[in-house]
Amino acid sequence: MSEAVEVKTLIIDDREVSGRRGQTILEVARENDIHIPTLCHLDGLSEVGACRLCLVEIKGNSKLLPACIATISEGMEVSTHTERLQKHRRTILELLFAERNHICSVCVANGNCELQALGQSQGLTHVRLPYRNPDLHVDASHERFTVDHNRCILCTRCVRVCAEIEGAHVWDVMGRGINSLVITDLNDPWGDSSCTRCGKCVQVCPTGALFDKSKVGAEHPKHPDFLPYLNMMREAQ
Amino acid sequence: MSKLKLATVWLDGCSGCHMSFLDMDERLLTLAELVDVVYSPIVDTKEFPHEVDIALVEGAVASIDDEKKIRKIRAHTKTLVAMGDCAVAGNVPSMRNPIGPQAILDRAYIENASAQPQIPCLVVPRLLPIVRPIHEFVKVDVFLPGCPPSADTFYAALTALVTGAPLDIPALTRFGA
Repeated sequence: MSEAVEVKTLIIDDREVSGRRGQTILEVARENDIHIPTLCHLDGLSEVGACRLCLVEIKGNSKLLPACIATISEGMEVSTHTERLQKHRRTILELLFAERNHICSVCVANGNCELQALGQSQGLTHVRLPYRNPDLHVDASHERFTVDHNRCILCTRCVRVCAEIEGAHVWDVMGRGINSLVITDLNDPWGDSSCTRCGKCVQVCPTGALFDKSKVGAEHPKHPDFLPYLNMMREAQ
Repeated sequence: MSKLKLATVWLDGCSGCHMSFLDMDERLLTLAELVDVVYSPIVDTKEFPHEVDIALVEGAVASIDDEKKIRKIRAHTKTLVAMGDCAVAGNVPSMRNPIGPQAILDRAYIENASAQPQIPCLVVPRLLPIVRPIHEFVKVDVFLPGCPPSADTFYAALTALVTGAPLDIPALTRFGA
């Protein structure tokens, strides 16, 4: 016998919706076709709440909460698209664009990039902050894949998919803050690492940071949608 | 009503935005009924005119000459449009930023030169240490990203600017478009 499911009723953007206890605001919003932008979140991976794009306002709470982690509660009133939130989301995207060298026009992910698409959907026409222009390297030592740190936004999807789904934990994060880098093994070249060559990290990478050497631009759409399916099949076994 | 004065400027870019502008084809004739092109790489005027209604600026600011030009353009322009990703975001010209101008000059004029390798010090303007988008130097009124913005984007944006109709740029174009 399964435990009785506890249903919570709440309001998201003036709409009365309901979900099960323990569900996140993001899950309930998406079940009800309410769109909240995300970047580090990916269906099938654990949540880290790193990108802050999914921040929402809760009535009676002066803090903004990330919808991917905050769980629903009875009577909660959530706003997902206030002017304040949209301003913050644009600023977050501007910070991401300014932090590293995102040259969309010559990027392998041009046209298939979640950062680029979010910039457009959130109404970004330029970046008000000065660009940092960091000197970052490209590791093409792997026979099939390349990592270009210029395009990395440190969402850690690669780290999570490698550890949680592939079970290899080749990827991790080195350094702190703005100097952080995703690394393979103990900062060894990707080609010399214990990589299993499964390619999951490439498929979940939202930008052109991880890419397949044989594909560029229009030929390089990523397919992170395999993850929920893979998880479902594993649970069924 | 007299026609609006339109200028187009070419700073550190590849001229692709101007090519895309010309790709408006026969629609240029429609625009020509509304605007006069008073200054452009494709007309013969040498000096930026005193009063310009709309200036489309292609390219990033990469040299002391670009910087001088953009300040002059701003002073004499009502509506300044950053045209394309180089003007809006630095784009390809800004890829030298992590390396610095000296390494670029050495590669171009010393390492790859077979006869009389020397870095030019006359006529060719001195490079700025960092290539930057034009809004880091002057106020920009309209940002038109794209590499290049398509002819359709140009036509929609210019028509809106000339007629004063509302302009939704993210609906038209994006970085790298």
